[in-house]
Amino acid sequence: MTSAAPAPAPPAQRTPGPLVEARGLVKAFGDFTAVAGIDVAVARGEAFGFLGPNGAGKSSTMRMIGCVSPPTAGTLRVLGADPVRDGSAIRARLGVVPQRDTLDEELTVRENVLVYARYFGLSRARARAKAAELLEFAQLTDRADDKVEPLSGGMKRRLTIARALVNDPEVLLLDEPTTGLDPQARHVLWDKLFRLKRQGVTLVLTTHYMDEAEQLCDRLVVMDGGRIVAEGSPRQLIERYSTREVLELRLAAEPGGEEVARAAEVLAGGAGRTEVLPDRLLVYTDDADAVAAEAERRGIAVLSALTRRSTLEDVFLHLTGRTLVD
Amino acid sequence: MALQLSAHRPRPGAGVARAYSFWLLNYRRNFLGSAISSFLAPALFLASMGLGLGSLVDSGADPALGVPYVAFVAPGVLAATAMQTGVMCSTFPVMTAMKWQRQYHAMIATPLTVLDVLLAHLAYTATRVLLAAGVFLAVASALGAVPSPWALLALPAAVLTGLAHAAPVAAFSAGQETDSGFILLFRLVVTPMFLFSGTFFPAQDLPAGLEQLAYATPLWHGVDLSRDLALGAPDAGSAVLHVAYLALWAAVGAVLTRRTMARRLLR
Repeated sequence: MTSAAPAPAPPAQRTPGPLVEARGLVKAFGDFTAVAGIDVAVARGEAFGFLGPNGAGKSSTMRMIGCVSPPTAGTLRVLGADPVRDGSAIRARLGVVPQRDTLDEELTVRENVLVYARYFGLSRARARAKAAELLEFAQLTDRADDKVEPLSGGMKRRLTIARALVNDPEVLLLDEPTTGLDPQARHVLWDKLFRLKRQGVTLVLTTHYMDEAEQLCDRLVVMDGGRIVAEGSPRQLIERYSTREVLELRLAAEPGGEEVARAAEVLAGGAGRTEVLPDRLLVYTDDADAVAAEAERRGIAVLSALTRRSTLEDVFLHLTGRTLVD
Repeated sequence: MALQLSAHRPRPGAGVARAYSFWLLNYRRNFLGSAISSFLAPALFLASMGLGLGSLVDSGADPALGVPYVAFVAPGVLAATAMQTGVMCSTFPVMTAMKWQRQYHAMIATPLTVLDVLLAHLAYTATRVLLAAGVFLAVASALGAVPSPWALLALPAAVLTGLAHAAPVAAFSAGQETDSGFILLFRLVVTPMFLFSGTFFPAQDLPAGLEQLAYATPLWHGVDLSRDLALGAPDAGSAVLHVAYLALWAAVGAVLTRRTMARRLLR
């Protein structure tokens, strides 16, 4: 894989100020409020993430930014313009990777890119050249003349991304780009997205994968119930909402019993926050080894102890809770 | 900035042509089957109805309908073919693009608008109707079923007839969640209309009530217009009325389709 990703728009065309700017942005469907007033600003060249559980309002936000869903209230500017009035002109400069693929499965891989290029008004010759370049970038050249239907999920996703780049977009919107893919496919995609970012394409993505957010995002917001509950770089969020390390203890004592609660209380004294889970006791601390030693000194019967660095997942669970959202 | 964006707006109609190119590519993959059936179906109809049944109808000293039955039925089947082609293009293809393959969703993520998407679909439908009607007319002429050169005007009349049915059916299809409604549409609307809208016999031979119902269908107007033209006796007054009525169905259908598409695509 040596081919370059498409170059971003020339500087002459560039919009000053944030590429995406939302103030008090609301999206309601009847009585249900999907997005309950959010403020967001995405700068050029940034990789910006919306992180949140299902139903947090991420996709609704992305559809509004993609100019295919009129906001209910608040203001939204994309590339400096109003999505409702100038939707068509804005979309001409966006690349969209929707949550559900909109590939034409009965057309070939190449035809999918060609048709999409036509939607942006590329000439046939230009579309053909662009398709060849993008399929190379997406490692799909070998499958260019195969139908889309039998391709793997990862290939379809790469094709969707290739297609979204056909107009050399200034902003690439990716709604859960790697959901449902196996680890290899995810890493290949991350590699592609990272290349685009390096070349100056502004990425706006949603995900509920913490590793994805840590890998790709310069800055992110955590959404829950249609609101933004935290904002910052992955590192800042970990510093602010978690500790440097986490100690995960499995105790010999009966889960949920008195003894566990007492152990949690004892260890919290020296460390800070603890969390009692059905099968584990989590201690959030800056020095997990010291807490482990303390537990031993206090005679707490430990079956296993795992020391790890705090991750965005800890932040996420702390902010949005452990309740399952379906 | 908004000014700069506006300056980049493509000229009107460009979006329609771009979306239309998708439908042409889409059509190419089943062109052969469609071409064969658009030739075979009318040929079989004309042979069985026009010539077979016609020999019974025309067995008296004078043709019962004033003209040979095959010449009576050919423009009727032409209009009915236009109707069927229009309905075909507005049922499963709309469902597919809205829900199964989601090509409409892909389109509106680009500079294309809902209006572009709608007009391109209607333009594609018009193309398909024109092809089917052209093949039919050629076959009918070859069989000697088309006495007048006015019949060439039956081609645009057929396109209008196709759109008068395609547009309202597209509004119906765009709102459907499954394809089960299509079976009802075909059985309860399309087939009865096909049989009783003056295609095979004059609507005035229907019982009172049904006769008026037939006159209300857009197909009857398409059939009557087509027949007047094919038999070389177009009456300007009734032709204008037919065209206006068909255009009304097409326009109202298009407005409704646009609304339904916008509701689903731009949630």
